[in-house]
Amino acid sequence: MTRTRIGLVLISLVSLALTACGGGDSDPLSSGDKDGKAIVIGSQEYYSNEIVAEAYAQALEAADIEVERSFKIGQREAYLPEIESGKIDLFPEYTGPLLQVWEPDTKARLSDDVYAELVTAAKAKGLNVLDQSPAADQDSYVVTRAFAEKYGLSTIDDLKKVTEPMTFGANSEAEKRPNGPKGLKDTYGVSVKFTPIEDGGGPLTVKALKDNDIQLAIIYTGDPSIKKNDLVTLEDTKGLFLASNIVPIASDNVDDKAAGIINKVSAAMSTDDLVDLNARSIDEQLPAATIAKDWLDKEGLL
Amino acid sequence: MNLFGEALRWIGDGSHWGGPGGIDTRIVQHLWVTFAAVGIAAVLAIPLGVLIGHTGRGRLVVVALAGAVRAVPTLGLLTLLGLAIGIGVEAPLLALVALAFPSLLAGAYAGIEAADPGAVDAARAVGMSEWQVVTRVEVPLGASVLIGGIRAATLQVVATATLAAYISDTGLGRYLFSGLKSRDYAQMLAGALLVAALALLLDLLMAALQRASSPTQGKVPS
Amino acid sequence: MTWLDTNRAYVLDMLVQHVRLAVPAIAISVLVAIVLGRIAWRWPRAGTVVLGIASLLYSVPALPLLIVIPVLLGIPLRSGLTLVVALAVYGTALLAGTAADAFRSVDPRVREAAEAMGYSRTGLFWKVDLPLAVPVLLSGIRVITVSTVSLVTIGALVGIPSLGNLLTDGFQRDIRAEIVVGVLGTMLLAIALDVLLVVAGALLTPWRERRPRRARATTASAVPAVEGAA
Repeated sequence: MTRTRIGLVLISLVSLALTACGGGDSDPLSSGDKDGKAIVIGSQEYYSNEIVAEAYAQALEAADIEVERSFKIGQREAYLPEIESGKIDLFPEYTGPLLQVWEPDTKARLSDDVYAELVTAAKAKGLNVLDQSPAADQDSYVVTRAFAEKYGLSTIDDLKKVTEPMTFGANSEAEKRPNGPKGLKDTYGVSVKFTPIEDGGGPLTVKALKDNDIQLAIIYTGDPSIKKNDLVTLEDTKGLFLASNIVPIASDNVDDKAAGIINKVSAAMSTDDLVDLNARSIDEQLPAATIAKDWLDKEGLL
Repeated sequence: MNLFGEALRWIGDGSHWGGPGGIDTRIVQHLWVTFAAVGIAAVLAIPLGVLIGHTGRGRLVVVALAGAVRAVPTLGLLTLLGLAIGIGVEAPLLALVALAFPSLLAGAYAGIEAADPGAVDAARAVGMSEWQVVTRVEVPLGASVLIGGIRAATLQVVATATLAAYISDTGLGRYLFSGLKSRDYAQMLAGALLVAALALLLDLLMAALQRASSPTQGKVPS
Repeated sequence: MTWLDTNRAYVLDMLVQHVRLAVPAIAISVLVAIVLGRIAWRWPRAGTVVLGIASLLYSVPALPLLIVIPVLLGIPLRSGLTLVVALAVYGTALLAGTAADAFRSVDPRVREAAEAMGYSRTGLFWKVDLPLAVPVLLSGIRVITVSTVSLVTIGALVGIPSLGNLLTDGFQRDIRAEIVVGVLGTMLLAIALDVLLVVAGALLTPWRERRPRRARATTASAVPAVEGAA
């Protein structure tokens, strides 16, 4: 009796263990790729990026193109290999940061130059770059209003006027990137201490600024918290930051018809739109799908 | 494996030692966070565990509670505490205290409960107070299991203390996150190897301590 | 909890993903740990080595393990399999010592009696050792079930969806309700699986009386792996 039971338990354990190795169609354990025609759309683990990806998905669906959503799949280091290998067909990216991954030593800074270099770099990887959107979501240095007024800061260069030691907070990768403390020293001659905050300029970074734990942070220009918390974005007069427009990266599985639809979506989106969409995500706490649908409706893209 | 070779070379590189972000500094920070977390948790959990083991009261409630705490994802606790407290080492420290708590508690009450009831009765019969029964009989007899709890907690904390780097400039976790984010996997693996080596060292120390405290080896009352 | 109202489908979806990652990992851990525990019990010298390695594996931080496993096995980083293997490594490391204890907990006299009755070696394992090892084994399985369910969340850091996504997404958007739902969801799932295990244990050991106080030996071995590794 007991033996039969234990046997049954073991058999079910084995089969459970095997489900990890086999993997059916909608299995989380396979990587989302199917041999079918569906366009696999990915998004970063970043709410703003997910809204854009959702807009792509709904616009394509409205034209009866089959899509498969593979959203919130981490940061670039996690998903980029899958774009490069063609497992993900369409992904909203950002021109400057992506170019810096593929061409770390690039000298391009302005929007069109960055885009042109990105197209070349992507081609070498067998990927297509669709039209870039006017909407930009860019790294920028911010300080609190109080700090800016105390020292009269409006550009990054003005940081030289600061007489107290400054701590700079950003994701850990910034420590070595050209727009981190090193770049700040090399380009502007300003020295800062660095502390990592792994939330991509999110609420914790804002809190650290307000608590005066840090004085300088990298926050995306598309982040509504800049306006909400009255933070001051310092102007980058010497081109430390690359232009960062939203740009769809596509595999060959995205045909001309689909690419045309996505290009329309990109063209319709402005930076202000993006900030508004992000604000809805944070203030109204709505799911990406709702926010994207409302915006597509408004723009007459559905 | 090529990656392992690169990681070892990364550790061997002299320029990665010394200075504010050097491996030696990170190891000291890592140990500090680990000991602080286990220490704070021990001050809270061990007396509670001893009390439960001694009286046998409230066991079910506390055990259920400890089990629930075990189920709390450390990442979730860390983010909630981070949003509440802000950046720095405080939020990760608190999250690690919560992580260490269940193992310490379980070790303490299991140790006390494991004490030979005969010895406990004998101690009472010779007129020991309850306090003496606990400190002179139950704790020495259960020390090995109790230290086993500390050992398990330390092992968990030393590995998880890497998460401290999520919101502060602390510990070996810095190598993991910056390695992950900049796709420098050699650096990331180097960080992991350092943590594992640290854990192994601590574990050997605790194992020795555990053996030394085994009741058959030390002085046995009664 | 208005957040939960508008995102019910998403939470449910992530819960399902979470289960599909946690359960296979737990199942693999149990199977491998039984084998290792049996080896450690049968050949104590080899056992010391095996259990020592197991406890060392447990000390490797999870995040780099998620990077190393794809390199070693040649699977994509963002594959759920990566996470399942990583969690199975932890689960096995934690459970192997308990499994060895579990076989040690079987009264040698019972085994001798069974041998005298003519049980073969395999028969002895299936009909005597394994069923009698269930109570101690189960205490260990409960521990790894809870810790595995909670560890699945770190997959969110490398793009493997689970309830962990609620933690990272809520963190970025400063929606604390979302983080709380993620934490509570993970805890409830762990508790639910734990209850299932207790019920399964009761069904598997019908000879045991239901006396709550009799759980002493069980709690002692709930101190993970330490006893066996010593």
